[in-house]
Amino acid sequence: MGNTLLQKVWDLHTVRMLPTGQTQLFIGLHLIHEVTTPQAFDALRQRGWKVARPDRTFATVDHIVPTRQRQRPFLDVMAEDMIASLEHNSRDFGIPLYDIGDERQGIVHVIGPELGLTQPGMTIACGDSHTSTHGAFGAVAFGIGTSQVRDVLASQCMAIEPLKVRRIRVTGQLPRGVYAKDVILTIIQRLGVGGGNGYAYEYAGDTIERMSMDERMTICNMSIEGGARVGYVNPDETTFTYMEGRPFVPQGEAFERAKAWWRSMASDADAVYDDEVVIRAEELTPVVTWGVNPGQSIGVKERVPANTANQQVSDALTYMGLTPGQPIAGMKVDVAFIGSCTNGRLSDLREAARIVRGHHVAKGVKALVVPGSAGVQKAAEREGLDAAFREAGFEWRDAGCSMCLGMNPDKLEGNQVCAASSNRNFKGRQGSPTGRTLLMSPAMVAAAAITGRVTDVRELVEDVPAGVR
Amino acid sequence: MGAEEIQMIEGRALPMRGEDMDTDRIMPARFLKSITFEGLEQHVFEDDRLEAKRSGHVHPFDEPTYQGASILLAGRNFGTGSSREHAPQGLRRWGIRAVIAESFAEIFFGNSLMIGLACVTAPARDVEALMALVDRDPKATLRIDLKARTCQAPGLTIAISIPDHVRDMLMTGAWDTTGLLLDRYEEVNAVSARLPYLGGFSSSPR
Repeated sequence: MGNTLLQKVWDLHTVRMLPTGQTQLFIGLHLIHEVTTPQAFDALRQRGWKVARPDRTFATVDHIVPTRQRQRPFLDVMAEDMIASLEHNSRDFGIPLYDIGDERQGIVHVIGPELGLTQPGMTIACGDSHTSTHGAFGAVAFGIGTSQVRDVLASQCMAIEPLKVRRIRVTGQLPRGVYAKDVILTIIQRLGVGGGNGYAYEYAGDTIERMSMDERMTICNMSIEGGARVGYVNPDETTFTYMEGRPFVPQGEAFERAKAWWRSMASDADAVYDDEVVIRAEELTPVVTWGVNPGQSIGVKERVPANTANQQVSDALTYMGLTPGQPIAGMKVDVAFIGSCTNGRLSDLREAARIVRGHHVAKGVKALVVPGSAGVQKAAEREGLDAAFREAGFEWRDAGCSMCLGMNPDKLEGNQVCAASSNRNFKGRQGSPTGRTLLMSPAMVAAAAITGRVTDVRELVEDVPAGVR
Repeated sequence: MGAEEIQMIEGRALPMRGEDMDTDRIMPARFLKSITFEGLEQHVFEDDRLEAKRSGHVHPFDEPTYQGASILLAGRNFGTGSSREHAPQGLRRWGIRAVIAESFAEIFFGNSLMIGLACVTAPARDVEALMALVDRDPKATLRIDLKARTCQAPGLTIAISIPDHVRDMLMTGAWDTTGLLLDRYEEVNAVSARLPYLGGFSSSPR
């Protein structure tokens, strides 16, 4: 009887069983950012502890950074305080920091893979719930809170309970205009926003196997929106091809040795799972959320629920300003946001740029594109994507979390409706307590920007590709 | 360790109805813009509270009779979403010492344990019965007994669930784990020595 990747990585990184009944797990890579670490560093100072493995800890700034007017000090005094605190802490404890102005700066879940820090078979922790993204490489990656950040800084370990594994097999050809984002939104809708509690999600099946690393990252990124703290894809040739030549990836013979080891960490063919779910790719359509959690979604051709007897449904419809049973297509949008750790990578921007070419953003719509990292930005500019977006009436910004969450100058105002390629549509998520978010793929956001309404991208652009590119 | 030993939580309760209550609602992101957790108690559910005020309602956290409550009663998948510890920190600093919910999101549950905020579960009908009791009598004192795994209220006792090890950690004051993780550090070094990626794959894999 074989093992899953989760079990192999878990066993290899287990230090011991703690008297508390938890596992002490060694963390191979700790990524940190400005928002969830200041209190953790303070705790270290108070207790006189050092950072155990500064060589396995990497810092960047993403959540609070402005995406334009980045001169220091920032206009926002509190944001300036936070970034200054991370600079000071990184210096004091000897941790590399990819700061504003550094070509390696970006959203922590974009730069880890981009720099080759994220590797198969690793345990990874970061004080951010979207750390599950790194699982796309066959790493076991945990989103943690600040007290656990303190633990990992001080000991390079965390105390944690074992997880069950649910294999989600996606099989078949994705229809035209259906992207990785639609796959994961469908999974969350079917299994529920709390359905993954206690589980790691292993994404498998031929559809996932044909996906690029960017697409796999989109899928793993939103595992947590389905309640699964960890999501992963077994490493394969696609993984290794992506990794080869990146700064922190071993080269030459060491790379060959690494590949052999990475392959050995993949789930065995006869591994046993605690649960299994099958999703048929052919049945999927472009998805849009209509409510206030990522599980409240429908196909773009469908109508929002009519059942107002359900309090949660009725509250969500009221907040969103929707009439029970109305079609979602045609809903007016005020803002279009392309970016975030879910969909702010080069292939996302390429696809959105392809949709907008020859079109222009609708009157009255504010549309912005925010690359996930300085590296993505540079690569996109080399291809002229910035010009394509600007010509179409989009703003082209610098790298950061931007409008995914209300922690920097990019925010919704009042009850604006935003078509967003990000990951959360919670009430107030985008910085206005009454702001409304519709989650969808970057291509669908691009289409909404152009028409000013929720639009089936397949109707706007004839040559939307079929399935996985 | 030396953290507080939490065996019994006694106090008034505050019913917070609704499923999938996310941490963005418990603590809106703008209040994360600080280098300390101080003052977060002022911002618990801030946007929901403002919205309630605007529409002429009183949010449970603003309800005068619930001031001073120490037990939060909640629905399914409480604390879903962002990993921000600011959410349980805000609740704890407001005065909440235990949450009884139908279920919890995993990261929230872990973050709460790390700060000694007890999270226990009970079937929906039992949580609703407690809520109804508190609706009728906001001054009622509830008593969570972790050892007996019960919550007692006047005229009503329900069974609560909490994993054995979590209960033990709270009851013995072992919920602050850093010290434990630093004990026997030679074992940590033994693990890091067997990880090929830490040596840059300089030799053959095991």
